[in-house]
Amino acid sequence: MAKRIDVSGLSAYYGTFRAIDDISMTIEPRSVTAFIGPSGCGKSTFLRTLNRMHEVVPGARVEGKVLLDDENLYGSGVDPVSVRRTVGMVFQRPNPFPTMSIYDNVAAGLRLNGIRKKGELDSIVEKSLKGANLWNEVKDRLNKPGSGLSGGQQQRLCIARAIAVEPQVLLMDEPCSALDPISTLAIEDLIGELKTQFTIVIVTHNMQQAARVSDRTAFFNLAAVGQPGKLIEIDETERIFSNPTVQATEDYISGRFG
Amino acid sequence: MTTTAPPPTAPPQKTRTVTRPGDRIFSGLSRGSGIFLLVVMAAIAIFLTYRAVQAISKDHGNFLTTFEWNASLNPPVFGVAVLAYGTVVSSIIAMLIAVPIAVGIALFITHYAPRRLGGPIAYVIDLLAAVPSIVYGLWGALFLVPHLRGLNLWLDKYFGWTYIFHKQDPNSAPRSLFTVGILLAIMILPIITNVSREVIRQVPRMHEEAALALGATRWEVIRLSVLPFARSGIISASMLGLGRALGETMAVATVLSASPQLSGHILDPLGGTFSQNIVAKFGEADEFGRDALIASGLVLFIITLLVNGAARIIIQRRKEYSGANA
Repeated sequence: MAKRIDVSGLSAYYGTFRAIDDISMTIEPRSVTAFIGPSGCGKSTFLRTLNRMHEVVPGARVEGKVLLDDENLYGSGVDPVSVRRTVGMVFQRPNPFPTMSIYDNVAAGLRLNGIRKKGELDSIVEKSLKGANLWNEVKDRLNKPGSGLSGGQQQRLCIARAIAVEPQVLLMDEPCSALDPISTLAIEDLIGELKTQFTIVIVTHNMQQAARVSDRTAFFNLAAVGQPGKLIEIDETERIFSNPTVQATEDYISGRFG
Repeated sequence: MTTTAPPPTAPPQKTRTVTRPGDRIFSGLSRGSGIFLLVVMAAIAIFLTYRAVQAISKDHGNFLTTFEWNASLNPPVFGVAVLAYGTVVSSIIAMLIAVPIAVGIALFITHYAPRRLGGPIAYVIDLLAAVPSIVYGLWGALFLVPHLRGLNLWLDKYFGWTYIFHKQDPNSAPRSLFTVGILLAIMILPIITNVSREVIRQVPRMHEEAALALGATRWEVIRLSVLPFARSGIISASMLGLGRALGETMAVATVLSASPQLSGHILDPLGGTFSQNIVAKFGEADEFGRDALIASGLVLFIITLLVNGAARIIIQRRKEYSGANA
């Protein structure tokens, strides 16, 4: 259920502005890969190229290849809609559908995939909410609106919604940046459990978080404002935080800039 | 153990907060505007009720169920049954046509049209709102009426069995409630479109991205995120349009061939509306006749209030699920 991601020579543009330049990396299945780097270095943009969400912004385009196992996401004739059904995403701010109940939020993706049978939906919704460590908190109020939950619960609801459709990869764009430390811990624990089933890629500004949850870490940087972001290095998280190869990485993680 | 007097409470201090002249002036102005609105509404309601009571108290028939309107007879005969029916039916027809088209246009401008096309379309819609209603009336009478003859015959032929679309005299001119409804639909299209477009623009990007990231197509994004979020705003927009349709005068008076008959066949050139009746009868009415017309205006006022109240209830009922507490 988890697939390897192989990126080669990937650049992304907003209009004529090149936001990220020539990025190549391999992301192993059933692992957590963290992207760190200063604001504006293109790590979120890069993340959004992995499920073709980048191109929903008017004028945005992508060059290069992203292979999911052996299938190029940017190959001709590939439907971005079906790519997004295989590569799930969790956003910076929790965004459950405000007009839907907790149950309907989790079931939304399943219904898009044509699953309508009540029994089948019930069991997948329960499984997904359990998978997101939210079931015990919401099982008595599945028909209440999702927007009534706390921020941390809403974010776990969004994770439940994303994993309900059993994606190959789960992308997380700063999933804890709007949450308090306790909710953050709950999400981090959850990430540790989810990586046994999914390939997880997480963007974070919190370096301790990257060190805690990830197996590998990629450091992005940009030469100056207005310049494209580049991948500086990617390695085992332990190595990045103890003995990075590149000086800029060490400067960044030790807080000397950024 | 000794009893002690309760600890002396500090004397309540009058705290004076600093208010600045700018704040005071602005709050005075906005409060004044709010009060002004209430005073105007109250003045209209009192005027309508006072004059209406004068007429209705001398009425010999039943005001609400009489068809005929002839206040100059002795004893006077006037009733609002035909007018209420015509007003409501023509407005319903207008809403059935206008709301889906308006929401469609709003979605097209915001989600489908390339930016080069969306701007001009929005501009044309604004122009449509600026056309005076008498111009719509003339266009309706001179263009729409002759050109709707074919559609009328077609509807009568294939949908006559529905009773609604049966035409008693196939050769009569289509100066009917149906034609009025179509004309009203065109007139209320701009306001519904513009308000809906603004509401749809307000849908937060993150809700649309939530649907996109689940693998929703463009239509599914609209169904999952956009329409539920914009729903109450679209209802409000429709109510604004309905308010205009209920009260529209000149366009109806120019197109409709009025007669005091109540017919379920909407293609028949029969019936009337409140405003059309007032504008047709006001000129030749005596003092008493005017009071009677004002009484009919009061009924229209009440119908409008009821419709707005119903819309509020619809919006309120699902407030818990509205986008407002996202």
